[in-house]
Amino acid sequence: MNVRADGMKNGLIVSPIENGTVIDHLPPGRAVRIAKMLGLTEGAVVIIGQNLRSTKYGKKDLIKVENRFLSDEECSRIALFAPNATVNIIRNSELVEKRKVSIPDVVEGIAICSNANCITNKEPVPTRMVTVSRSPVTIACHYCGYEVKAEDLLLRG
Amino acid sequence: MEFLNRDIVSIRDFSREELENVFAVARGMEKNGYDATLLNGRRIALLFYEPSTRTRLSFQAAAQSLGAATIWFAGAEGTSVMKGETLKDTIETVANYADAIVIRHPYDGAARWAAEITTRRAAKGEKKVPVINGGDGRNEHPTQTMLDLYTILQSQGRIDGLTIAMVGDLKYGRTCHSLAYALGMYSCRIRLVAPEQLQMPSHVLSYLGSRGIECTQHAAIEEVIGEADILYMTRIQRERFPDENEYNRVRGLYRVTRKTLQSAKPTMRLMHPLPRVDEISVDVDDDARSYYFKQAGNGVPIRAALLAMVLGGIS
Repeated sequence: MNVRADGMKNGLIVSPIENGTVIDHLPPGRAVRIAKMLGLTEGAVVIIGQNLRSTKYGKKDLIKVENRFLSDEECSRIALFAPNATVNIIRNSELVEKRKVSIPDVVEGIAICSNANCITNKEPVPTRMVTVSRSPVTIACHYCGYEVKAEDLLLRG
Repeated sequence: MEFLNRDIVSIRDFSREELENVFAVARGMEKNGYDATLLNGRRIALLFYEPSTRTRLSFQAAAQSLGAATIWFAGAEGTSVMKGETLKDTIETVANYADAIVIRHPYDGAARWAAEITTRRAAKGEKKVPVINGGDGRNEHPTQTMLDLYTILQSQGRIDGLTIAMVGDLKYGRTCHSLAYALGMYSCRIRLVAPEQLQMPSHVLSYLGSRGIECTQHAAIEEVIGEADILYMTRIQRERFPDENEYNRVRGLYRVTRKTLQSAKPTMRLMHPLPRVDEISVDVDDDARSYYFKQAGNGVPIRAALLAMVLGGIS
């Protein structure tokens, strides 16, 4: 089977990119949320594939973004919602780097504590979430201790 | 870990050995009397944004017993909080006036935030002002737990091997959350009695599970009274319910009476963080197993020990 530089198999309806990032192996239904979390929906050319066929997982989502390369910290954030994701860096239509994501120990600023009575929801306090379990991924508020599964984590914006 | 300048925010910040050090200091103070010169010249701020009788007065009594002065407010009325002042600004200000801050606040996590604020000040060259959590919203009440453990040890001689039943508002009750976390450090059995909608939060249950604690959930006191060494009653807290209808469905659900105690062991001890409403009938007060007023009294030695340890009077 032919595999192109951006990791996509021939015949899929998703077009290739010359320079940018392909975030692959996202659980079905998570792509839009992850794109929003990473701020990819503002300005850049973004292609989102949902419920694509995957030999490994049955179904998957995928994000392609042009001329955008993710930092390690951004890859860690993806891991919260998609622990099996792979991040493919494409330059001049060539796959130059393939990264596995890893779950961060701490997430600062981007999330909202799900506990309405938490100080972070009542006063201007920056949020800080701590990973307390990696399987399933469970996140706790540093301030009030309230725990949520990563897929239920609320994000700012 | 040293106690000097240490924040007391969550019971989970302490090891069993550290808790037992606090109990040993408290026991020594009870036995030998309080040294009224120990904290001479020190000032303790008591910032109570929520009502309190026992926590505030026992902290005040503890401070006075050791020669420390207190400055305080009780209720946000009359303070700049009513003008919209943030907790951060209040803490930044009060940290200039006091050597330690005791805070009770309606929001979960407020004590952790307050402690971080004084730590950041210290990083900028100011002195560290330790923050002691006197109850933050529905979250934790670590000094209550310390006195609860002290009371269990005092009344039963041990914690390991006991069966401890907690009854009532386990969902919103911060004393129960902190006590459950602390019991996770011991090898005891826990019985949780509450209606389904007021059962212990899942994060506390998963913590107990991770510690290998035998913990079961029940709907009625009668299911656990016969085996309990400690029956820890709690009030259904009207002020914590987001919905009055939810409160009305569960109010008055649990009540310990003389009849209830007929099934209890003679050595069982009945505890309650107080205040009670109707969950312990007044005619039980004279029963030898009732221990809640003695428990409330233990607030002074425990809080005196903590103040002495965080302010450096005792290492």
